[in-house]
Amino acid sequence: MTVFLIIIVIALFAITVWQLNKIFQLSRSTESLESSEIASDKDNRMQGNLMLAFGIAFYIFMIYNFWSFGDRALPAASSEHGSDYDNLLLITMAVIMFVQVITQGLLHYFAFKYKGKKGTKALFFADNDKLEFVWTIIPVIVLAGLIIYGLFTWSDIMDVEEEKDPIVIELYAKQFSWHARYAGKDNVLGKANVRFIEGANTLGVDASDSYAHDDVLTGELHLPVDRPVLFKFRSQDVLHSAYFPHFRAQMNVVPGMITQFSFTPTVTTEEIRGTEYMREKVARIQEIRKTNSEELMANGEEPLTEYADFDYYLLCNKICGVAHYNMQMKIVVETQEEFDAWMAEQQEFIETVEPVDQQTASVE
Amino acid sequence: MSAVGHAPVNDHTHDDHHHEGTFITKYIFSMDHKVIAKQYLFTALIMGTIGIAMSVFFRMQIAWPAESFKIFEIFLGKWAPDGVMSPEIYLALVTIHGTIMVFFVLTQGLSGTFSNLLIPLQIGARDMASGFMNMLSYWLFFISCIIMLGSLFVEAGPASAGWTIYPPLSALPQAIGGSGLGMTLWLTSMAIFIASSLLGSLNYIVTVINLRTKGMSMTRLPLTIWALFVTAIIGVVSFPVLLSAALMLIMDRSFGTSFFLSDIYIKGEVLHYQGGSPVLFEHLFWFLGHPEVYIVILPAMGIASEILATNARKPIFGYRAMIASILGIAFLSTIVWGHHMFVSGMNPFLGSVFTFTTLLIAIPSAVKAFNWITTIWKGNLQLNPSMLFSIGFVSTFITGGLTGIVLGDSTLDINVHDTYFVVAHFHLVMGISALYGMFAGIYHWFPKMFGRMMNKNMGYIHFWITIIGAYGVFFPMHFVGMAGLPRRYYDNTAFPYFDDLADINVLITIFAIITALVQLVFLYNFIHSIFYGKKATANPWNSNSLEWTTPVEPIHGNWPGELPTVYRWAYDYSKTNEKGEYVIPGQDFAPQTVPLLKDEEELNH
Repeated sequence: MTVFLIIIVIALFAITVWQLNKIFQLSRSTESLESSEIASDKDNRMQGNLMLAFGIAFYIFMIYNFWSFGDRALPAASSEHGSDYDNLLLITMAVIMFVQVITQGLLHYFAFKYKGKKGTKALFFADNDKLEFVWTIIPVIVLAGLIIYGLFTWSDIMDVEEEKDPIVIELYAKQFSWHARYAGKDNVLGKANVRFIEGANTLGVDASDSYAHDDVLTGELHLPVDRPVLFKFRSQDVLHSAYFPHFRAQMNVVPGMITQFSFTPTVTTEEIRGTEYMREKVARIQEIRKTNSEELMANGEEPLTEYADFDYYLLCNKICGVAHYNMQMKIVVETQEEFDAWMAEQQEFIETVEPVDQQTASVE
Repeated sequence: MSAVGHAPVNDHTHDDHHHEGTFITKYIFSMDHKVIAKQYLFTALIMGTIGIAMSVFFRMQIAWPAESFKIFEIFLGKWAPDGVMSPEIYLALVTIHGTIMVFFVLTQGLSGTFSNLLIPLQIGARDMASGFMNMLSYWLFFISCIIMLGSLFVEAGPASAGWTIYPPLSALPQAIGGSGLGMTLWLTSMAIFIASSLLGSLNYIVTVINLRTKGMSMTRLPLTIWALFVTAIIGVVSFPVLLSAALMLIMDRSFGTSFFLSDIYIKGEVLHYQGGSPVLFEHLFWFLGHPEVYIVILPAMGIASEILATNARKPIFGYRAMIASILGIAFLSTIVWGHHMFVSGMNPFLGSVFTFTTLLIAIPSAVKAFNWITTIWKGNLQLNPSMLFSIGFVSTFITGGLTGIVLGDSTLDINVHDTYFVVAHFHLVMGISALYGMFAGIYHWFPKMFGRMMNKNMGYIHFWITIIGAYGVFFPMHFVGMAGLPRRYYDNTAFPYFDDLADINVLITIFAIITALVQLVFLYNFIHSIFYGKKATANPWNSNSLEWTTPVEPIHGNWPGELPTVYRWAYDYSKTNEKGEYVIPGQDFAPQTVPLLKDEEELNH
């Protein structure tokens, strides 16, 4: 299939070049025989028209892109600050597309309108202070607006409100997996350092720190809805980046230091599965996977796994090694009751480490 | 060597300079700026071919993951068992593609070629201030190319930590195979490259300041020279910082220091590093890295400005504003690097500051774009291939530049950081745009370099397929980014979330293959025209600047006899007197060497 596709592409390409060359040759033969490789009036006419055609085609292509790829964009944000983010993005995009449509239009239209002709006199127009002032001041005002809006949103997002009593969770990254450590009943994370890594204590938690005893280590991230979460990020080897696309959140995970990011999830997994966007998206993906599976089975290979339901996910978004593309973690956003029930099933850190550690801990 | 040391060379006529050197002194170890320019161009074209081929390879992997291709088996060998690309080589290809295109093609290929060619010719000098340093600069560049290409054949693979080589990934061979000997060679190559770039830049600066011919004031310089001059200054300011970062990384890797590393547990053991910070490396890297993108784009801006004015038969609109915006961009470019690090863990307050400075840079950029559009307004556009590429440059620069407003805003950056949105943005604004600038320059100054013309019809084919293909690749890519797909993923099918993006990725790859193939038309045209192109006339584009007053057949020292004297700026196209006739009857341009005529209005240049 692929080979076939490539052959078609190459063949079409060859034909295009051949045909274009022929067109140019034909258009040239009627022209004077001088052909000095400098654009003649004929060339100017043809290229000017092509510029207009391209300008129009570019508009159509942009519309086509928005029309058919626009629905692949992420759904509305599932976090509190995310709606501000989406708003700002929408405004910025509107400004961008407005400017894009106008400037590209002018550029290609002028290239068409003023295509050269012998005997035409260009306008000697070297300076105009008023014009230049106008198009300096307009970007200044627009950008000032965007900067101010952006900065207010930024400081809102980055300002961790401790008084709102956020639930503290450590996200721990290593090649190539994510781990979570909940701060437990006291909501304070115990000390940790890679030098404590030993046996079952894979996150290097300091067992002698009493704050660490009630910490809960999990391989899945559960978050109660509408409750602020303060993430503390730690890496044991290289740079990673914790990317929560649906929550409009991202922070690099840096070995040797603790970074943080805080947000409040507002839409439970259950709720987002029920949205029209998500039902359509999952159906579309299921359709694609079905087709692909059929193709695989026709070749005598294993079919793809079923994609039944949407789950939030956390991705690694900083190149971290060969399996970077496969470093992810499932996120479940649920009600407080569901969360409490899940938490009750988890083991506390002190129960998981070997007795030796416990002894040293109790001595202290 | 300063201007003083060079003064005698400038004064005497070049009759006694006809001592023909051997082939080696004339073409290999030449100190003539025109030959060195060609050497840069040829080297950059070879590197560019390799870099673009790499991008086609990894685009094929992205579109058709884990598919077997004969071509992979041939070129990648053990890295593509049964023709299926391995993740190791995918990351290596991405890394080396970035490195080659940014540094070896768009930095030295663009500013190396055109600074060397144009600075002496357009300011009216016999040669660079120091021919020897210039030669040294090229040969260091050549050595760094060889080392970089050599690293592709290392047992454990070439550098594969991304072109930004963030430690600890780039520092620890345990973390990724490419961080062994491959990374050592990468760093060595870059250190030599930086030395080459500095030698070149210092030379350009000194030449522009000291060797301008009589009457060539700074405000009469063509904008190409302004752009190349300011580019060289940014290079001198920022490249040394990358050198220090590279040296510290070399020490961390080889001598056990801890500049960038701390608290690392890998492959079952705790490493001894303590107290370093990868964030420090990011600061140092982007202190060069961001000005670097302006080092890449400014020469393209200068070239496009010159070609737009010449082919529009109009003066460039707002010459002084253009210079001011070049200076403004250059200054701002050195204080915006933090916008690459909004989510790096640095203090959020710094993020606010960098958002502010970053969005400021949009203002001079907007002024430039508006001025270019006004330049072609009411012109008499001669749509040569170089002109088409210059218009294309303005188009992609706007399209790519606008999305910078999203990325430069710390808030919006959070969710598109390191996704394909970024890839689309910077490829359009600094990759494709700079390449268009380079192509425009090659088509425009080919007659000056080789005394022959390139075939215009092949040029037209090259342009149209390239612009359609390039937009076909990078416009849809924004949408892949908006869907939250991270960059540098070897395979997007490891989990089902991104299955619905596969069709866009296939579309992008097909456009990429077509665009890459059509560059062969350009290469053929380029090589063929060197030998069989139509003979060029002295001033084929009816241009005003000084390089077109030299003989078609290039000579050592550029001008036979006296150096030309300059009486006006470079943009007196279609200038009319009070009666509404061209100041020079029957000719719509007034070269810089023509004294002001009677009843001609004098501009402030």
